[in-house]
Amino acid sequence: MIFCYDGSWNGLLSVIFESFRLQTHATKIVPTEVFQPGLFEAPITIATDEGHAKRVLKGVEKKCGKNGVDLIYQCFLSELPEIEIKIYHFVRTAMSATENVLHNYRDETVLALHKIKKMIGREVHRMHAFVRFQETKDGMLVALINPDFNVLPLSGKHFVDRYPALHWLIYDTKRHYGWHYDQHQSRFITLTERQHEYLAADLLTDSETDYQALWQSYFKKTDIPERRNMKLHLQHVPKRYWKFLVEKWEG
Amino acid sequence: MNNRIQEKLEILADAAKYDVSCSSSGSKRKNTKDGLGNATGMGICHTYTQDGRCVSLLKILLTNHCIFDCAYCVSRRSNDVKRAAFTVQEVVDLTINFYKRNYIEGLFLSSGIFKDVDYTMERLVRIAKRLRLEHKFNGYIHLKAIPGASDELIHEAGLYADRLSVNLEIPSEMSLKKVAPEKDYASAYKPMNYLSETITGHKEEKKTIRSTPNFAPAGQSTQLVIGATPETDKNILELAGDLYQEQKLKRVYYSGYIPISDDHRLPALREAPLRRENRLYQADWLLRFYGFKVDEIVDDENPHLDPELDPKMGYALRHPEHFPIDVNKADYEWILRIPGVGVKSAKKIINARRFGQLRREHLKKIGVIWKRAKYFIISADRDFINLGFNPEVIRQQILYTGKRKKDPNQLDLFGNPLAPIPLIPTTPPPAGLSSPKIRTA
Repeated sequence: MIFCYDGSWNGLLSVIFESFRLQTHATKIVPTEVFQPGLFEAPITIATDEGHAKRVLKGVEKKCGKNGVDLIYQCFLSELPEIEIKIYHFVRTAMSATENVLHNYRDETVLALHKIKKMIGREVHRMHAFVRFQETKDGMLVALINPDFNVLPLSGKHFVDRYPALHWLIYDTKRHYGWHYDQHQSRFITLTERQHEYLAADLLTDSETDYQALWQSYFKKTDIPERRNMKLHLQHVPKRYWKFLVEKWEG
Repeated sequence: MNNRIQEKLEILADAAKYDVSCSSSGSKRKNTKDGLGNATGMGICHTYTQDGRCVSLLKILLTNHCIFDCAYCVSRRSNDVKRAAFTVQEVVDLTINFYKRNYIEGLFLSSGIFKDVDYTMERLVRIAKRLRLEHKFNGYIHLKAIPGASDELIHEAGLYADRLSVNLEIPSEMSLKKVAPEKDYASAYKPMNYLSETITGHKEEKKTIRSTPNFAPAGQSTQLVIGATPETDKNILELAGDLYQEQKLKRVYYSGYIPISDDHRLPALREAPLRRENRLYQADWLLRFYGFKVDEIVDDENPHLDPELDPKMGYALRHPEHFPIDVNKADYEWILRIPGVGVKSAKKIINARRFGQLRREHLKKIGVIWKRAKYFIISADRDFINLGFNPEVIRQQILYTGKRKKDPNQLDLFGNPLAPIPLIPTTPPPAGLSSPKIRTA
């Protein structure tokens, strides 16, 4: 059976709920907007139901604990093709097993999900490391990102803990939404106009470029040319992140 | 104004870069509602230098003026370099502004000795104090504890800093006397011992009285310069082992000596002993995370680590009597000792085997480096490759099969022939012990 859903997390959980209720097996779960009908396939479209979603999560938590819920949620954010069906298989296996399958690394789905979670974790860590704030004229700190996976929901709390007294925004230019924090609370926001991958110079406070220049010189001077190892450098700081890394800007 | 700061920053970052420590981990400093920053257990490398070292902290000297003349140090009195000094406020401003832009995890502040030791130490402490009290800065602070500073100043430093370090630099007192006649081990061990006692004391007290203030919650570390003096790896690892045991150090850093000095008291090395440095880090990892003892890694017959093999492989080949190890039965400690199995794989093995016997395929998927592990493992397949366990044969197999990288001694057609051979991370992650990327020849 092929299921279509709205592409949201609760949507996927609603599909899983329905598959249990209908006592049928899903062969494919895809967001409606990417579904391409085949010849003999008639998909069932499932409407998102928060109540159903909650019940699925409750079931997973009972069987695998909070870590089990974290695992499937984080994997969902990977946006990888066919991630839905992997999560579906995991929930099926977890619900039918008598013991907690979370660490059954002999199982291919379990192992695959753990590998994906590791990739997600790495990307979150990279956001913690590579986010670079620039101060605007009105004192807000703004950082632009476009991570490989949709990790903004997993990345913001770190900055709330770190900068509770500052006003900041981390904006995903690829997915067009950001985490905004105003010294009191966090909100997800979407700018009305499409945000470019750079901030216009006239937005920034005067001292901003000074500090950027200082950071660039620091970066240059802390290098030890006798030990140069660009391969290792690139492995740690992949080129796709350079456009947001002040120290890697030219000039 | 900015130009002046820029020049100072360039001089004082350049002078600080040979201290390889850049860790920001191991502390637990929570933020306050109106504060700036925190230091969680996990460190963050915000960027990496072009030589692949982590940049986590703003690592600078307060000044590179120095009354001492240590041969291994760029800032030594007799060296003709540009000198500069930051004011207290300048360091504070840089730290705060870098931190809030998420460039750094905090500050690593060291200094040349100007006037006298206490005068210098007092300045370092004042910076940390101002950051903590006036700016409510809760990010990471690493301060140098300068040998010879008074206990009172060292104590105050511990109240504001997350980590303190006293660098021994030269791995034996005899050699130290030769290259730095004004220094001795006693004056370095004095603050180290003071710190180790006070850290332990505070930890104990904190167990019963929760309001006990933090005292260097990320512990203390030190650095040893490798290759500038004739100590063997055995000497170095024994010293490190003692420092972990006796002084309860969190980290010992090994810094391959870079010929920054034409001082006649030091050897003229063509390039930094990077591979040796890497092997020492691997051995260090075995001491701290794999339950190895120093004498299992090096002994009188093998006073140096094998440059071609990682030290765990070296151990396994010297001790065929312990292998093969049955991954479905053996204790965790023994699974950890299998070459090609890291801490993470070992834990996964222990978890996964509760669900059934592990076969070779499971192990490969879990992340065991089969190429290295296969000689030492029994899995449910019972396909242990029995080569009569001839260590020499296994050694050859590991060195000469699979992906052979080109001879590192061969000059690169387009590369700079004087540039050092690119090698592996200076601070390899635990998994690095079994990483297939490790150069084997």
